[in-house]
Amino acid sequence: METVWDVLTDFTVRNALLGALLLGTLSGVLGTFAVLREQSLLGDALSHAALPGICIGFLVAGSRQLWPLALGALVVGAAAAWCVLLLTRHSRLKSDASVGVVLSTFFAGGTVLLTYIQNQQLPGQAGLDSFLFGQAAAMLPSDLWAMGAVAAVGIGLVLVFWKEFKLVTFDPGFARSLGWPVRLLEGVLTSMIALAVVIGLQMVGVVLMVALIIAPAAAARQWTQRLETMVLLAALFGAASGAAGTLVSLVRPGLATGPLIVLCATGIAALSLLLAPRRGVVWRAVQRRRTRAEVESGRVLVDLLQLARAHGDENYASAQGMINAVYGADAQATLVRLEKEGLVRPVAPEHGTGRHWHLTPAGQEAARRLLEGRRDGREE
Amino acid sequence: MTVHSEPVQAPWDRAGAGSSVDVEHEPSLALHIEDLTVSYEYRPVLWDIDLDIPPGVLGAVVGPNGAGKSTLIKAILGMVPVAAGHIYVFGRPHHRQLSRIGYVPQRTSVDWDFPTTALDVVMMGLYGKLGWIRRPGKAERQKALEALEHVGMAPYAHRQISQLSGGQQQRVFLARALVQDADLYLMDEPMAGVDATTERHIIGLLKELRSRGKTVLVVHHDLQTVSQYFDWLVLLNVRIIAQGPMHEVYTLDNLRHTYGGQIRLLQGLAGALATDGDGEAKPGDGRSAGDGGAAALGR
Repeated sequence: METVWDVLTDFTVRNALLGALLLGTLSGVLGTFAVLREQSLLGDALSHAALPGICIGFLVAGSRQLWPLALGALVVGAAAAWCVLLLTRHSRLKSDASVGVVLSTFFAGGTVLLTYIQNQQLPGQAGLDSFLFGQAAAMLPSDLWAMGAVAAVGIGLVLVFWKEFKLVTFDPGFARSLGWPVRLLEGVLTSMIALAVVIGLQMVGVVLMVALIIAPAAAARQWTQRLETMVLLAALFGAASGAAGTLVSLVRPGLATGPLIVLCATGIAALSLLLAPRRGVVWRAVQRRRTRAEVESGRVLVDLLQLARAHGDENYASAQGMINAVYGADAQATLVRLEKEGLVRPVAPEHGTGRHWHLTPAGQEAARRLLEGRRDGREE
Repeated sequence: MTVHSEPVQAPWDRAGAGSSVDVEHEPSLALHIEDLTVSYEYRPVLWDIDLDIPPGVLGAVVGPNGAGKSTLIKAILGMVPVAAGHIYVFGRPHHRQLSRIGYVPQRTSVDWDFPTTALDVVMMGLYGKLGWIRRPGKAERQKALEALEHVGMAPYAHRQISQLSGGQQQRVFLARALVQDADLYLMDEPMAGVDATTERHIIGLLKELRSRGKTVLVVHHDLQTVSQYFDWLVLLNVRIIAQGPMHEVYTLDNLRHTYGGQIRLLQGLAGALATDGDGEAKPGDGRSAGDGGAAALGR
């Protein structure tokens, strides 16, 4: 088996790696806009519908050159997008159902065409099936140039028309009220996303290409509150996934590149969804617990104050049983926490059994403030 | 109700004072609309609208669900295709005057989870004046900060917009319209679903705009406050039911016409209109004009 170094210094490998970096970066940048415009499903339909386009392109051109295949993929992909729009507008299907129907129809048609071509024993058809799951090793130097061109145009457009794309994505209605050609701008964005999908088909495959568009952007969204940072992070995540997946598939030939790239991208996305501050699942769960604990502490304080007042003595100690009756098993932990904060103090019962608690002066003050806040809230 | 004294433009007279010909037409009016018709999938949403708004008024557009209130605003801004009619803003076709119109869309029309800050959203109000490609710079930041200060939101300038309350988000939208420095302001339900403090803040701002000579037209949903906040009233239910100064137009008779006799008395109004969003029309909604066939234009 070759070592990683041998692989890295190989010319075709460097091509593939460079292609993966370009593709990942482009997917991240454009995917950000796709995700924010809630167009993820459209990308899915586009990439699945590209399969019949690739086959038709091959049949017409008679060879596996990138441009006829990409053109076929684009044309048929656009037709599929058009079908989704027509179905949504003129039938009772909702858009998710329309996407599902169109996506599977076109993909089925593409699979039929692909198996037909494979059974015809046509010359030059070898490796056409790599478009299903992607094969980085199959990439030619000319493909790299095509990728570079699309990436340069796509990223260049985003840089030049940054503020236009931002406003059209956030508030297209307001953009139209400024007299902007919103349809045109949206069309340019959607076309660029479609181009990125098509250009990535050979490397990632029609089945999973959409994941490379969505996953880096979804991951990036978790870490930032600014569009600029989100685009940069998505590009970084996309490039890293592309490079990692390609490397593994080149070191272990036979493993399809697409799934490896996508696993890297979705892995990053999963970690981000779990762990990111503010938006991550873990962070929010901790936050929710903390809030619940705070609310309960407040309620216990107020209850203790009201019990004490009912006895005409603010230093009155209430039996823990009375608190338990309301808060159940949580009461113990809450009371201990309040004791640590110096707001309550346990006392031995004068008579009877069980622990009793009374508010410290600080606790009385806190409870009084909470009670007043509650009253104000009700008045509003 | 003001009556049209204009000779009405014949619908077939396309070469007339059509929107493609740049001639002054009713320059003394902030807004002048002739025969406006907008339809959505072969249903008229707005039908034969003639509307005049003099400059310097603080006007409300009021009507039931599906009356076409939002569509009227969008038509003036050129956001929806117009089936017929002409719209003039300060005497010129509306699409040439967009830079003089400020717009506050419905708050719920955007995704507030978008990764951006309050200050950034306000700066978007300056994008029109900046022109293509140019990025906002220091001067724009300063203007946006002042506008945020004006609506009492300066402390939240760098807050992510999803972390603002509904009322605060609404004030960010108002600040964005303020930096547009327009002469005519169109606002779509700026007081829907905001707290009492924000509502007081907003109405104070609207009155201030009027005192600076601006013309303001607001889609409003609360019939109980409309006469107290505004000085001009447009009653709309697919057609114009009545328009003019508040004290002339705000009559029970006109309101009954607009809401199709469904309102009992002003007492019951608040409850009856509490569900008045801009979604589907309630099945029980009666309509006096436009045969009740108008669907709300989906946002």
